[in-house]
Amino acid sequence: MSSLDPSGEQGRSLWQDAIARLGQNRLAMLGLYLLAFMVIIALLTPWIAPYSYETQQLDLGAIAPNARHWFGTDTFGRDLLTRIMYGGRVSLAVGFIATAVALVIGVLWGAVAGYIGGRTDAVMMRIVDILYALPFMIFIILLMVVFGRSILLLFLAIGCVEWLTMARIVRGQVLALKQQEFIEAAVVIGLSHWQIIYRHIIPNILGPIIVYITLTIPSVMLLEAFLSFLGLGIQPPQSSWGLLISYGVETMEEYPWLLLFPGLVLSITLFALNFLGDGLRDALDPKASKD
Amino acid sequence: MLTSLRCVFIITLLSLLTAACGPMDNNVDTGTAGQILHLGNGSEPPSLDPHLSTAVNSSNIISTLLEGLVTPNPKTLEPEAGAAISWDISADLRTYTFHLNPDGHWSNGEPVEASDFVYAWHRLLMPELAAEYSYQLFVLENAEAFYKGDITDFNQVGVKAIDRLTLQVRLKAPTPYFLSLLSHASTFPVHPETVAAYGDIDDPGNLWTRAGNFVGNGPFILTEWALNRIVRVEKNSHYWDADTVALEEIRFYPIDNLGTEERMFRSKTLHLTVGVPEEKIARYAKDKPELINISPYLGTYFYRFNVNKAPFDDSRVRRALSMSIDRQQIVDAVTKGGQIPTYNLTPANTLGYTAKAAIPFDIPAARQLMAEAGYPQGKGFPVVELLYNTSEGHRKIAIAIQQMWKLALGVEIRLFNQDWKAFLETEKNGDFAIARGGWIGDYVDPNTFLDMFVSNGGNNRTGWSNQKYDQLIQQAGRTAGTDQRFEQFQQAEKILIDDSPIIPIYTYTAIYLKSTDVKGWYNNVLNAHPIKYVYLQRDD
Amino acid sequence: MLRFIIYRILQAIPVLLVVISATFILIRMAPGGPFDAEKAVSPYVLEKLNERYNLNAPLPEQLFDYISGIIKGDFGPSFKFPTRSVTEMIATGLPITFELAFYAMLVALLIGITAGLVAAIRPNTAQDYVPMSVAMIGICMPSFLMGPILVLIFGIWLEWLPVSGWGYSAGDKILPAITLGSTYAAYIARLTRGGMLEVLSQDYIRTARAKGLPTRTIIFKHALKGGLLPVVSFLGPAIAGLLSGSFVVETIFQIPGLGRFYVQAAFNRDYTMIMGTTIFFSMLIIFFNLISDIIAAYLNPRIKLGGEG
Repeated sequence: MSSLDPSGEQGRSLWQDAIARLGQNRLAMLGLYLLAFMVIIALLTPWIAPYSYETQQLDLGAIAPNARHWFGTDTFGRDLLTRIMYGGRVSLAVGFIATAVALVIGVLWGAVAGYIGGRTDAVMMRIVDILYALPFMIFIILLMVVFGRSILLLFLAIGCVEWLTMARIVRGQVLALKQQEFIEAAVVIGLSHWQIIYRHIIPNILGPIIVYITLTIPSVMLLEAFLSFLGLGIQPPQSSWGLLISYGVETMEEYPWLLLFPGLVLSITLFALNFLGDGLRDALDPKASKD
Repeated sequence: MLTSLRCVFIITLLSLLTAACGPMDNNVDTGTAGQILHLGNGSEPPSLDPHLSTAVNSSNIISTLLEGLVTPNPKTLEPEAGAAISWDISADLRTYTFHLNPDGHWSNGEPVEASDFVYAWHRLLMPELAAEYSYQLFVLENAEAFYKGDITDFNQVGVKAIDRLTLQVRLKAPTPYFLSLLSHASTFPVHPETVAAYGDIDDPGNLWTRAGNFVGNGPFILTEWALNRIVRVEKNSHYWDADTVALEEIRFYPIDNLGTEERMFRSKTLHLTVGVPEEKIARYAKDKPELINISPYLGTYFYRFNVNKAPFDDSRVRRALSMSIDRQQIVDAVTKGGQIPTYNLTPANTLGYTAKAAIPFDIPAARQLMAEAGYPQGKGFPVVELLYNTSEGHRKIAIAIQQMWKLALGVEIRLFNQDWKAFLETEKNGDFAIARGGWIGDYVDPNTFLDMFVSNGGNNRTGWSNQKYDQLIQQAGRTAGTDQRFEQFQQAEKILIDDSPIIPIYTYTAIYLKSTDVKGWYNNVLNAHPIKYVYLQRDD
Repeated sequence: MLRFIIYRILQAIPVLLVVISATFILIRMAPGGPFDAEKAVSPYVLEKLNERYNLNAPLPEQLFDYISGIIKGDFGPSFKFPTRSVTEMIATGLPITFELAFYAMLVALLIGITAGLVAAIRPNTAQDYVPMSVAMIGICMPSFLMGPILVLIFGIWLEWLPVSGWGYSAGDKILPAITLGSTYAAYIARLTRGGMLEVLSQDYIRTARAKGLPTRTIIFKHALKGGLLPVVSFLGPAIAGLLSGSFVVETIFQIPGLGRFYVQAAFNRDYTMIMGTTIFFSMLIIFFNLISDIIAAYLNPRIKLGGEG
């Protein structure tokens, strides 16, 4: 089994293999291109947005999509396309950064707990239990008071909440892996713990982690909307996809486009993310090359 | 394992579906046929004790269970006979003698006596009960002193049972709105033996308000109070005017979410709602005007300035901000509920009083004021925050106003929202620049609005203080003649508007959905609907 | 096994104590108190109220009094609903939330595992993409969106099902269960697919395939147990999430469950109620995490139940 080989060359070729395999997965590449497109649009928004995201035309109000406003306007007469473009900047940033925070904390915490096991595992997982149990709403209300109103705080707050489930999942996987022959063999060969975690454990749990990441990003984006609504996070006239959708829900019978377009954009992004995630998972699977 | 799970699921689903396939009865049809009124009632009522209830959702229920000395006329709100059949007012306007209805009975059959009112008012004023609405009776002689513990003998307070059916009340000053206070739930009587039977008189956890325990003198009796689910009241046969009461039963549903409530109304689960989601108002007004009710409501929506903090320590800046809001556009394009733009604090025609003072809508003059204050075109104006409590409606208004100020004066205002309790704390600590406010009158009189901004008043919260204003409000409290009294209010309101510690925005409207089956339900500025006149009937 | 369970239950005691103390302090640090109201409460009344509810005592003393109360089974009266005890409120709300969570979990497991399995059997074909795309829609559709849409379609347009309530009329439990379950169904579908693919590429499955065993036997007899492992790790938090997160669904459908109390309590600063529900939810979280660890051990005999060391 290739992953047993302690030399670095095998690891490199594993990654090269993975990239090559990813390139062959058409759906995954489509996902990658779509995501890249969204990110580029988000980055360029201040220069290419057709209107200002805050200028209102109260007399105009919400009008359906037309030649001037491709996605229509919201109840304040603001161009929806522009607001979605600006909202994407917030949502994509929150999605990626908060998930990254959750990922780093969760994977490290779960891997260490699962790998060391015993009393350390017990203590670490009980800490996770405690954090799960604390009333989230109160936590949020307090965060607002203690730290004021910064958007960075929002990322941190979300990341700090989302890592718990990640840690549990990773720990479960690591516990299962630890007992497998090739890990035991690696211990016999005399690899250090970090080498084992880095070279054998992490690559083998990448599958579930990637799946969970693709699940975390959308829930993080929606959580952002909820927190922003409560006052922690972005403030009007700024917006995000999650906020646009939650306001869209309230007017879905009167002005369906206010729900439809933000919903579509979010869905497309998430689909792209999933195709890419699945492709990555398949490509990184250490055993996949043998199939 | 999977197959067994699947079995369980299929069985569950099938049983649910077969159960669901019966014909769907709806509450409105069955209710109208059986005189059962189904209505939305906001969130769960915290208490059904008249002395401890502070919320509208509680008093809606309480006023079906208990009756005060007078009841408001459903159309004009003029006081009419309630527990008292008539009353005399002394020449100095300070002594009221109420003659109780000899037919008045509690729901257990016992007669309602003058001493029951003395007991109830004693309870409301007990310092140990710490009732938030005690101040409703502070117009009585020595009531405030008793409440604050300065005197301990309740006999010195201005309420006395002369005999079984005669109640005498002595006021500390002529109070033209005294009778209208008596239709407020806090002044309702309670049945002394019942209160005593279920706990201490001063214990807010007293269980006398539970269904089965509750004894009242109102048109209905409490038959069910299931937490967050329903409150059910049924017709009280011991009520003195039971013949007038048409409804057999009322069911109050606690519904926190207006969207849910509207869907329940649309599926004929409710006869009446407490509100309408903003975006649905225009739709109903256009397509189904017979179902939507929009009527003026005795309340003002406004913003408070913190006058102790720059830049709002300068009244020119405050006036400029107030003058550059297009209130008409806010009510037309943002709130959309027929609200009335207002340029002063007291709602127009409050007991015949309409303030003459008004802040103009005048952007050039506002720009001029800003320039005089040192901020031409908004240059040098600090970034300040507009604080509001978390709510979709407040958010929208704030967004519109933020933009209006930016365009008119070139000032950048940041929006900031907090949950209700945190908002109150921030406001109390003066930790804000501009904060959202709203005030619903407790009774129909300008005093309930203007009294708010006396120096150090608990509800002032702007830090604003003006001696002349305080004097005028105090004088008006002692003045008997209506014209003279209103003149004092006029002068006071002018001071308030000229100095602008607040930005009045609009006068509230009561907006709700009502089935056409509901009859005997009238509009008035307190949005009060004496339930005994309400009945259900379907037009053919 | 028994030893492990007892050990974990003992571990729960310090966990609960930390949760109680931390929450107790956190809620008192949060701005705004239980008695703040639009119409200002006079300082005099506030003083009386604080006295009555023992809020003037030093914090450690309050905490000590509170914990001694709990040990005697007294969670105190609710601050917001003075005639209700916290115990009574939890006793009313919890069974309803449990029932809702149970139906929702059934929906989630059934749809989720089926979809995940179907997708994993033929990865990267239409049989994979279709169920997974449906699952994605489930994830994109948060319950605040799914609920109103289902109500509009089935409650108002088709008039098949009631739009609100819980136990008032037949069928009023269907829409809430589907709304709450669908998000989790989507998660479970994806985790199942991932887990199954992982397992299907393992040596012992390949051996079984090489032996010519039918796919059905391979999947159900050999692969499923291991493939569901990520789902099982997720189940503990998911059930806890279902219980404490049922608030949105309870609000949309006007269901008198505990989730609504919990959120209302936080916004009302109803200290005793927040404490009571938090203690309850943390016990549930501990319990379900334990169950999910036990099931994980059962599904994968190679996991040794840790904790003795």
